[in-house]
Amino acid sequence: MSETITIEVNGKTLSAQAGEMLIAVTDANEIDIPRFCYHKKLSIAANCRMCLVEVEKAPKALPACATPVMDGMKVWTRSPSALAAQQATMEFLLINHPLDCPICDQGGECELQDVSVAYGSDKSQYVEAKRIVFDKNIGPLISTDLTRCIQCTRCVRFGAEIAGMRELGMIGRGDRESIATFAGQCVTSELSGNVVDVCPVGALTMKPSRYKARAWEVIQHAAIAAHDSVGSNVYHHTFTQQVMRTVPSENDAVNECWISDRDRFSYEGLYSDERLTQPMLKKRGEWHVVTWDEALETTAKILNEANKDQTGVLASANATLEELYLLQKSMRAIGIDHIDHRVRQTDFSGQNAAPLAPSLGVSLEDLEKQDAVLLIGSNIRYEQPMANHRLRKASLQNAKIMTLNPYHIEFNYDTTEQSVSSVAEMLSNLAAIAKAAGVELTHFSNIEVDEQTQNIATYLKEADQALLLLGNLATQHPAYADLCALAQLIAEKTGATLGYLPEAANTAGAWLAGVVPHRQAAAQAVQTMGKSAQEILTDSTKTFVLLGLEAEFDTDNPQKSIQALAQADNVIAINSYVNPRLKEYATVLLPASQTVETSGTFVNMEGRLQSFKGVSKLLGDARPTWKILRVLGNLLDVDGFDYMSSEDVRNELKVKLEQTNAYQAEASPEAKPMDIASSPVSEHSFHRIGTVQMYSGDSLLRRAIALQQAAGDERRRVTLHPDDIARLDLGDEQTVSVAQGDSSVRMSLVADSAIPIHSALLPSATQKSVELGSAFGMIQITKG
Amino acid sequence: MTSILSQHEREEIDYWLARYPEDQRQSALLGALRAVMHHDKYISGEKVAAVAEYLDIPKIAVYEVASFYSMFELDKKSAARHSISVCTNVSCMLRGSDDVIAYIENKIGVKEGETTSDGKFYFKREEECLAACVGAPMMQVDHVYYENLDNEKIDKILDGLE
Repeated sequence: MSETITIEVNGKTLSAQAGEMLIAVTDANEIDIPRFCYHKKLSIAANCRMCLVEVEKAPKALPACATPVMDGMKVWTRSPSALAAQQATMEFLLINHPLDCPICDQGGECELQDVSVAYGSDKSQYVEAKRIVFDKNIGPLISTDLTRCIQCTRCVRFGAEIAGMRELGMIGRGDRESIATFAGQCVTSELSGNVVDVCPVGALTMKPSRYKARAWEVIQHAAIAAHDSVGSNVYHHTFTQQVMRTVPSENDAVNECWISDRDRFSYEGLYSDERLTQPMLKKRGEWHVVTWDEALETTAKILNEANKDQTGVLASANATLEELYLLQKSMRAIGIDHIDHRVRQTDFSGQNAAPLAPSLGVSLEDLEKQDAVLLIGSNIRYEQPMANHRLRKASLQNAKIMTLNPYHIEFNYDTTEQSVSSVAEMLSNLAAIAKAAGVELTHFSNIEVDEQTQNIATYLKEADQALLLLGNLATQHPAYADLCALAQLIAEKTGATLGYLPEAANTAGAWLAGVVPHRQAAAQAVQTMGKSAQEILTDSTKTFVLLGLEAEFDTDNPQKSIQALAQADNVIAINSYVNPRLKEYATVLLPASQTVETSGTFVNMEGRLQSFKGVSKLLGDARPTWKILRVLGNLLDVDGFDYMSSEDVRNELKVKLEQTNAYQAEASPEAKPMDIASSPVSEHSFHRIGTVQMYSGDSLLRRAIALQQAAGDERRRVTLHPDDIARLDLGDEQTVSVAQGDSSVRMSLVADSAIPIHSALLPSATQKSVELGSAFGMIQITKG
Repeated sequence: MTSILSQHEREEIDYWLARYPEDQRQSALLGALRAVMHHDKYISGEKVAAVAEYLDIPKIAVYEVASFYSMFELDKKSAARHSISVCTNVSCMLRGSDDVIAYIENKIGVKEGETTSDGKFYFKREEECLAACVGAPMMQVDHVYYENLDNEKIDKILDGLE
């Protein structure tokens, strides 16, 4: 291993590891050296020359970013020769850089500006013409002002090394060099926004927030991103109490210094016209704006008078831990047992075997130390991008990343094996892996182990650190319980860890807070077993309480959900948005907060509790959701609703959680083969793969304009295997008719051999899927 | 998807690929672009994409290299049967390269940076020294250097081309 050596910088003795770059040592010791192209998470380019320092016995100044330290090395960062070198570099960099800081979006937070003030000169010898570079449109998220580029290539290296897809490049030569994409394409990486952060100048800026506020006008608030279970640490920047933009907050244990585009640009949805800003009641079919008192009293009256066994409560797992806890506490106190957050799940038969809360099983940091990972029903790249980033790092260290999915997924790294089969066959494929691993199965006796399944089992067995992960698609799979049971058996047999990738920002929190029908908060036993989300969303429920849900988008079977809600006597929607469909079926609308407008806590995939404060102003008469629930609890005469702050709520739950650390779930039920027909009923029948597209997962995302533009047409399409298209003679068709249940829609048709035969990729949570049924059910595709 | 690369282009790329380690496919890039240039007289966007696919490297990485070297033409308008480059750097300029250019422009009827209407000549605007100062003034026609130019010699060279 590397030995510890000592070097001397500016007369100060420092210890360092042999082979470290000088700039890493000075950074660790808080000695400032200016730099542009060096970035601690990227490879070394040494092309900007800004970090030149004087090194003893070196005839000329050396770049600190590319000079390895040696024992006894003497360095001066502010000596006359170092300063002269830095000043000359600065003058050189400014030759072609426009002096347009007053109209530059980066002005005030610009590395070039800062370094220029600290290390540059106030005059330049250059009097000739400056070069200009034409800007390029690289998509709806990033603006380019390429004349300002100083050719540091951080954005190019970010694409190649972190995003895993090289989209930006440096084209041309000499004074005609320019950053560009190939053939003017848009950048599509799910992490693309980070190039704006790594860009040291104003050449790449965020398009949605461009010119909205100056860096010195905004107030920075630490927060937690709300769109996946990584719980990325972010800063929201507010101006006049509105969120202007979101940037990463560095936390090496969670998101390092990156965030996904989804977490960065979702704030735009906050200011949608569809925000619900006033409490409203439907009286004789007409909507009326009412006072909060009237709205809440009516709500309490409805709930008090409702038949409790015919009342169902559904909550979004994007709600905070406090909101979810208060919701179930008040509802259970008045005798409502039917409470759930698992609105996309369809198989609940294994729920008693579920752990205290779904968790990764290892820390996010340890994810990159795995030697073999099997992703079961997961498109982790688009569902939990920052967790995928850790897997990518593991993959680059030769870890074997394997998948079991109903379609082939393009990852931004090499996967060792991708087992692709129809939704139904996924289960038998997992059983085959179990068999190959040496698990004795009572069912699945006829299953055959092929080379691929054998490889997967062998890799899991041989690895020092192996991990099985059940993803979003597994959770929504019609045989989720069987997948879990098999995964558990494989984990036991191979010595692998079994982990879950929770679907939403606070799915783990929803389990802990007791927003499940079979467990109270902190997994305490329930008096009466409640109904699951799927059982709630039926005609037998006459009163609904919906927290933060748009049932037509957020549930597994929109057709059935809308029908159930339409026949109900009362639907109380506590929501920050309203849409025409919601207005049809709801009877009470209570305007609630979005995550950034309230204090609260999310529990991420590691089980990490991360609390945050409200950062932006609530719109109209909307109130923080936890306060709405507190008042509702009081109006329902429930004891113990005297909380002064959301911290009080969290602390109450924390105490309960401390008592249940050693929670033991029941043993898994035995895995059985799926009884749904594995062969299609007619030649037009297809197994639907109803995944949720990256930018459709919640109400806020669906209204974030730039992200919606970036999402493109993917959601309006149905994708089939080319052979299926040929078989049904659909080759010439632009659009096809897709029928499911009792309605049909027309969608554009796309061919992709990533989809297995007899399967169709048809995303959920879209304007089209609202008309359709279960996300993983059967659909009929015909001409027309 | 079948590649739009010609048989010859693929053979040429395979020849270069064989000379480098298997995990260093990008090493064959210059050879590949030379083959495309030889075949098409310019490098189209489609061919950039095809080369990238053949070598399994990002398209932008191919485009970076294609746009870096002045021997690669990316504009279809530059695709002529013969490419003429007259060196105009210091030594050649002192030895009369301006007259050489004027003579050629007059002879083939197009200005520097243009292609003749019959597609025979592309008169390239040369940017850098071609490293043949000893024989100034000089020009490069296709891959061949011609030195110590005078009008008679230019006539002979250009008239001798198909």
